[in-house]
Amino acid sequence: MSNSTRTPTSTLDSHEQSRVTARRAGFFRDLGSVALRALRLVSRDSEAVLPALIIPIFFLLVNIGALQSFVEENLPPGFDFKGFQIPVSVVFAVTGISRAGSLVLDVQDGYLDRLLLTPVSRSTLLMGLMVADFVVVILMTIPVIILGALIGVSFATGFAGQLVFILIAATWGLAFTGFPYAIALRTGNPVAVNNAFLLFFPFAFLTTAFIPQEQMTGWLSTVADYNPTTYLLAGMRSLILTGWDGTALFQAALAIVLVGAVSFTLAFAALRGRVKHR
Amino acid sequence: MTLAIHATDLVRVFGDNAAVNGVSLSIPRGEIYGFLGPNGAGKSTAVRMLTTLLNPTSGTAFVAGHDIQNDTENVRLRIGVALQDAALDPKQTGREILDMQGRLYGLNKTERHTRVKELLTLVNIDDAIDNRISTYSGGMKRRLDLAAALVHQPQVLFLDEPTTGLDPVSRSTVWDEVRYLNRELGMTIFLTTQYLEEADALADRVGIIAKGRIVAEGTPTELKRSIGSDVIAVRISSSDGERARQCLGNIAGVDAVEVNGEQLIVSAANGAAVVSPVAVALSENDIAVAELTLRTPTLDDVFLHTTGARMQADEVPA
Repeated sequence: MSNSTRTPTSTLDSHEQSRVTARRAGFFRDLGSVALRALRLVSRDSEAVLPALIIPIFFLLVNIGALQSFVEENLPPGFDFKGFQIPVSVVFAVTGISRAGSLVLDVQDGYLDRLLLTPVSRSTLLMGLMVADFVVVILMTIPVIILGALIGVSFATGFAGQLVFILIAATWGLAFTGFPYAIALRTGNPVAVNNAFLLFFPFAFLTTAFIPQEQMTGWLSTVADYNPTTYLLAGMRSLILTGWDGTALFQAALAIVLVGAVSFTLAFAALRGRVKHR
Repeated sequence: MTLAIHATDLVRVFGDNAAVNGVSLSIPRGEIYGFLGPNGAGKSTAVRMLTTLLNPTSGTAFVAGHDIQNDTENVRLRIGVALQDAALDPKQTGREILDMQGRLYGLNKTERHTRVKELLTLVNIDDAIDNRISTYSGGMKRRLDLAAALVHQPQVLFLDEPTTGLDPVSRSTVWDEVRYLNRELGMTIFLTTQYLEEADALADRVGIIAKGRIVAEGTPTELKRSIGSDVIAVRISSSDGERARQCLGNIAGVDAVEVNGEQLIVSAANGAAVVSPVAVALSENDIAVAELTLRTPTLDDVFLHTTGARMQADEVPA
């Protein structure tokens, strides 16, 4: 139909096209596609992942070096400060690990618009990233456990306990990702996303990160009572220090669910706001 | 006549500003429709509404027979879109981008493999397809973006300023691709552009948009004929504009005189017959002429005629 004045190139003249029909891929295929892309990009984004692993290991070694003697001298004989610190190191490593920075870049590069122009299930645009986060968190937990073994930390619950430990760490990491995603989708601003780790400060430091709760006094002890990280750490420590403790594990799971409920509500509300074609 | 795009009184307001202010379109299947206007005219906002990225404030539109507000999924399955800025992830390779598109449109592995192979030939980026997008030139990004829009063989293709910022060779390639897709595959193409030459060369019909409204619509030939067969373009001092209009308006054979700064546009059915009287009249009125040319009308003349202003970007970039 075009009032063409040019001669098409020979490449185009010789080009033949097969016929395909676009169709909904379905929720799980969409989820897999988004997660696969996110995981592929993790391997190309090592500058964002490696520091998140190195810094907690650094703190683990420093904390043990600086505090082990002091804490163990003030606690009953047999207290294992190294085992006490391993969950802290893991939680520091995995909390806030997310592809939120990558999501902001997708917003800025317009690639999110390209995805929104397809019939992809909108929720999978976020859930696919979270699947990738879950895998990354598992991969980040394993080196810390290995490091723990190298410095003499063993699990009272054995290998099964190590698997549960990794699962708790991964679900906690997943539960917390909602916060940076909510910030990414609300603001589309990489600086705001980079500062999202500040949210973790009260979770990380107003708790039993460095000394047992029975050694804490005053307002800090009270705050720690209401901090879900306290119960998360207690559950993870129980796997290393005391053996299977149903109450501690249940409370850890509850803490994860509560944090996840809040963060996911915020994240998916932000996603709805971003894709509702304002 | 089956319509690929049918819009009625589309309006989109941002704050106090109506970016699109009552646009109606009837575009039959298989047509290349050029949506021509300067920056800020409302072209991209219209595209974002028609492609389901943005809800209209009011009005209705159907694309490939489906409502853009209430049947978005069916619209998305039938359209391909290359937005103004190539929407690509710089950390992925070209092949990964195309494969991802194929996955999201439900194509199986064999279909995706076949389509990627076909598209590589179409957009001519074979060599670089396994390189990351961050290494691509602007032209390559545009061509890959076009390929991504074509993976699922859409019925309607939206191209939002597809050649803005491209060098002449890349521009020519995109034009060839657009013609090919329309001619060989029967694809309806909605093309926005701020380049008159592009609309003139590619579009079956052109809609000229200014300040959110379509001010003229028709084939390029019809639009140009609407302001007369010939144009005498005269460059004078801007302070002489009003006097020039008065002295030329009464010359027999002159259909219209329009002034835009230093540009004086005289429309006439027979330009050759009035060029001499025009020159004489200007001289007799002591109006200095810097330049005088006789030519056939361009779409820029149509734009000037309908809006009273010239397009800002009146040339395809070199």
